[in-house]
Amino acid sequence: MSDIRCRNLCKTFHQGGETITALDQVSLDIGEGAFVCLSGPSGSGKTTLLNALGGLDTPDSGTIAIGEQRLEHLSRRQRADLRLHHIGFVFQAYNLITVLSARENVEFIMQVQGVPAKEREKLATGVLAEVGLAGLEERRPAELSGGQQQRVAVARAIATRPALVLADEPTANLDSRSAARLMDLFVTLNRERGVTFVISTHDARVMGYARRLIGMRDGRIVSDQEQQPHAMAI
Amino acid sequence: MRYPFATISTLAWRNLWRNSRRTLIMLAAIAVGVWAMIFMAALMRGMTDQMVRNGLQTLPGEVQVHQRDYRADPSVVNSMAPPSRGLLAALLEPPVTAWAGRVRVPAVISSERGSRSVTLLGVDPAAELILGSLPEKIVAGRALDAPADRGVVIGASLARRLETGLGKRVVLMSQDTDNNVVDRGVRVVGIYHARLQGNEDRFVYAGRAAVQGLLGIGDAISEIAITGDDYRRVQHWYPRIARAAGDEFETLPWTELDPFLGSMLAVQDGFTLVFMVVVFLALSFGLVNTLVMAVFERVREIGLMQALGMRPGLILGQIMLESFYLLGLGLLVGNVLAVATLKPLATGIDISAVAQGMEMMGMGAILYPALHIQDMLMSTAVVIVLGLLASLAPAWRASRLDPVAALTRD
Ligand SMILES: Nc1ncnc2c1ncn2[C@@H]1O[C@H](COP(=O)(O)OP(=O)(O)O)[C@@H](O)[C@H]1O
Ligand SMILES: [Mg+2]
Repeated sequence: MSDIRCRNLCKTFHQGGETITALDQVSLDIGEGAFVCLSGPSGSGKTTLLNALGGLDTPDSGTIAIGEQRLEHLSRRQRADLRLHHIGFVFQAYNLITVLSARENVEFIMQVQGVPAKEREKLATGVLAEVGLAGLEERRPAELSGGQQQRVAVARAIATRPALVLADEPTANLDSRSAARLMDLFVTLNRERGVTFVISTHDARVMGYARRLIGMRDGRIVSDQEQQPHAMAI
Repeated sequence: MRYPFATISTLAWRNLWRNSRRTLIMLAAIAVGVWAMIFMAALMRGMTDQMVRNGLQTLPGEVQVHQRDYRADPSVVNSMAPPSRGLLAALLEPPVTAWAGRVRVPAVISSERGSRSVTLLGVDPAAELILGSLPEKIVAGRALDAPADRGVVIGASLARRLETGLGKRVVLMSQDTDNNVVDRGVRVVGIYHARLQGNEDRFVYAGRAAVQGLLGIGDAISEIAITGDDYRRVQHWYPRIARAAGDEFETLPWTELDPFLGSMLAVQDGFTLVFMVVVFLALSFGLVNTLVMAVFERVREIGLMQALGMRPGLILGQIMLESFYLLGLGLLVGNVLAVATLKPLATGIDISAVAQGMEMMGMGAILYPALHIQDMLMSTAVVIVLGLLASLAPAWRASRLDPVAALTRD
């Protein structure tokens, strides 16, 4: 399901009389189970590309297919359902719903999906432990550190076993130790559950974890190479 | 996918208390508005209640039975026989609580100083007492004591106009069934005070048998006045009386006997509704503002929910539910306030200081607020329906937010 194929994606923004080309003829295939890093300087189009892949934003032209689904053919509501059931998102910050506890944040998607309460609770407890947050389940986001919050977001993203996780600079607000823990977690989940990861970053520490490294600049893909991960989880 | 009500319900409830100060202020505003709606409605109900009751006292009764032509020509020619056996049986059944047969004819009353045209009522004092149709205040002398009482009771104002008084003799003049003038000298045995001066001038009370004798009509009467336990329910039981009375008689409820009085209840309902809507319109600005602020403050979070796959409909539902909780709480507090403030006032509010002119409208000096469940329900309906309508716009806008723009907003 998580095969991603995009062809000739273009997206421009108009701001103050200027036209900014955020995506310029981007074509890309990402296979199931991949662990991909999008790297590039700030403003190179990484976020725009991730948003397009997740159906949050629609490109001006080009096509995106995730498995059998053609994103440009889906309604707003169908795209919401696609994200709900198949795609996990992890953003740079403010990933959590402030009025819900860590557990409730993780359960949130499952609740919307209609997973029974018992099962939800079991899954949430398990996945929170998996990301190293056992004992902190009942805390609200404000009572968690930045790294812990990111891990709650990851727990939520993977609790429903999505095929694809899109993470937009997930370590940008984290110290090195928390960043390393988060990346280790991604690698483990990728290896043990086969979840596809597409992670954007301009952090060299993060790029080291990738098996495929895609470089972007000015909305274009400028490099795309397989690599031996050199900062593997221990 | 079933609608995850529990999820959005939790979110709505907790978000409501996120800015508790703002929520409490809005809650107080709604509560006071609801209180005002119910309180005002109770006062207005009390007023109309009193007007209708007073109207029914002079009418009198909630249902009247007449000879078919009596209302067109209320003279002695159109009098009727006393109730038949069948009608009597119907008059003894609930919800009828009282009834009286009375003679009611136009007459002229004269003293040595002047004369006035009046309505002469020949009554059975005991029956009319239960009916509540006798003047409530005798200011001099005594009330009539029996149908055969040979005295008359007249209003204080009429006594002044005729320059007569207690114990003096007056002459009553009317027509018999052959259009011959009949008259009789009688003694004023009582002077009464009515709430409306017009009634004091108009009605002269005498014993029924005495009047029947004067008119030479045997035991015939002009009308039967009947009262039940609740004037609002008259439509339910008057047809039974009509059937028992038979076709030769005209049996009418008070709403038709006095269409003005009859329209009072409907007018009151309409007025109450308009008042409630107006109060709510004032409130709705605050409500919409509260919701717009609540949405504005968490644009990013709404974007996040969309990114997580929450359908637009769920976001709309969440905001609507938030508004619903706010309205519901306001209603609860407002209703409790209304009941709490109206309870101690059930014994009546003295409005004589501000209400001298009100007597004209059949009002008394004491106002009894009437709390009706129907008004509480009406205010609830107004607040919920209009409140949710007003919330639709902010909720719709929240559900249509562009997730990318929402997420990147700082
Ligand atoms: N909503 C927007 N309005 C205007 N310009 C935008 C908007 N979003 C992104 N851009 C521009 O598009 C380009 C690519 O942005 P982005 O995808 O966020 O890059 P990155 O994530 O690599 O930093 C940038 O020049 C940015 O300024
Ligand atoms: Mg970015």
